[in-house]
Amino acid sequence: MGALSKSPWIIHYDGSSCNGCDIEVLAVLMPRFDLERFGVVNTGNPKHADILLLTGSINHQNAPIVKSIYDQMPEPKVVMAVGICATSGGIFRECYNVLGGADKVVPVDIYVPGCAVRPEALIDAAVQAVGLLDKKRAAALAAEKEKE
Amino acid sequence: MSKRTIIPFGPQHPVLPEPIHLDLVIEDEKVIEAIPSIGFIHRGLEKLVEKKDFIDYVFVAERICGICSFIHGMTYCIAMEELLKLEVPSRAQYLRVIWSELSRIHSHLLWLGLTADAFGFENLFMQSWQIREQILDIIEETTGGRVIFGSCKVGGVRRDISAEKLQEILKKLRSYRNQWTEIGGIFLNDTTVKHRLQGVGKLSMEQAKTLGAVGPMLRGSGVAMDIRMTGYSGYNKLGFTPVVETAGDCYSRCKVRIRELDQSLQLIETCVTQMTEGPLEAKVVGFPNGEFFARSEQPRGEAIYYAKANGTKFLQRLRVRTPTFANLPPLLTALAGCQLADVPVIVLTIDPCISCAER
Repeated sequence: MGALSKSPWIIHYDGSSCNGCDIEVLAVLMPRFDLERFGVVNTGNPKHADILLLTGSINHQNAPIVKSIYDQMPEPKVVMAVGICATSGGIFRECYNVLGGADKVVPVDIYVPGCAVRPEALIDAAVQAVGLLDKKRAAALAAEKEKE
Repeated sequence: MSKRTIIPFGPQHPVLPEPIHLDLVIEDEKVIEAIPSIGFIHRGLEKLVEKKDFIDYVFVAERICGICSFIHGMTYCIAMEELLKLEVPSRAQYLRVIWSELSRIHSHLLWLGLTADAFGFENLFMQSWQIREQILDIIEETTGGRVIFGSCKVGGVRRDISAEKLQEILKKLRSYRNQWTEIGGIFLNDTTVKHRLQGVGKLSMEQAKTLGAVGPMLRGSGVAMDIRMTGYSGYNKLGFTPVVETAGDCYSRCKVRIRELDQSLQLIETCVTQMTEGPLEAKVVGFPNGEFFARSEQPRGEAIYYAKANGTKFLQRLRVRTPTFANLPPLLTALAGCQLADVPVIVLTIDPCISCAER
């Protein structure tokens, strides 16, 4: 089974965004853009997920929840920061209550800018995430073999 | 007597695209009380008026919410225009109405989809969103953006829509109407759907009034109240009458929204016939001074913008009250006494937009 690439499941969490990116994330999963053709399924359970999709600039109340979702996900995992807010804080950067980017809370692998994010950019990022996931899995397997 | 249990709902929950937390106190399968805790999306946008000047702030106002983005920007602009004593050209007003109504159509279709998903009709969910995608195409062709339009500015609008394009849009919308009527029929006539919606999450007219419900939540309970009746931005010229349903349950709220789809199309049609050529914006001179309450009807209900200015580039205070925030107390009332399995549907019938509510 090692030759097969696993279908990556996505968990989406809104860390204080304006809702624009969240709606685009859902739209990408719909038949028009059909992210599901890459095997991607949207799940609500962090323990089933491989890719954490974060939108928004993460505020103080949200930070521990983002961290907890990240910690509950099994290894290997990939984090995508979707939208300019999750990338750098965007237009909300100067607000008093935001941390200014998803990477302040969890390590981010892929940054997807845009306000709101374009569906095409999101699809591209998801495909990259699938590749990255395969790489991480291979690295983990190699490390395990070395131990033995 | 059975034991009381508290079930946490959210902040991360598959039915919610956005985080809100409810502690559901249940007895067997029945919800006795719902205790909300909010603040997961609070960014502090009202304070941002001290750092962004009144012209730049339009972009922030649009990003208070990504679904009713245009109407947020427009309401802010109305407040600024009043403080600057600007007269907005009539063509700009008509264009604003057209974009507002397009937002309403796409927002209601989005809601229909999410509701279908909440009671487990995934195919219906996708069908609704498919129609919505076509509306987004029209929006993208006319403004350049899919969810954040950026076409409203203080004094008018940024872009024009040509006469041919308007006719083309009308033609497209009329064909989409057939599609949404077909889907609406499933929501209103299917036995299974009716079973999930009828008599669920009841809110009487009296309760809706005392708890301050707004939008389809209020009109679904039999109160004929819609801020478009006040005639802002030229709505007074369009012959507007609100859609009202009387049952006060999830079904009647759903019916209000489906009927509003047709109404929005009608408003756009009237706009197109009444529109005349003309300038798109009034020049901004000076700085805003004084205070003003601007009100507008968003897909979810009434939004209020209070602005206070002192004649400088930066506003002194901006206060935004959004429909979801107003609809939270009625939601808690509607939740009390329902079955646990109905919670997602009832939460969705207020069309929650948490990023609006917390700003």
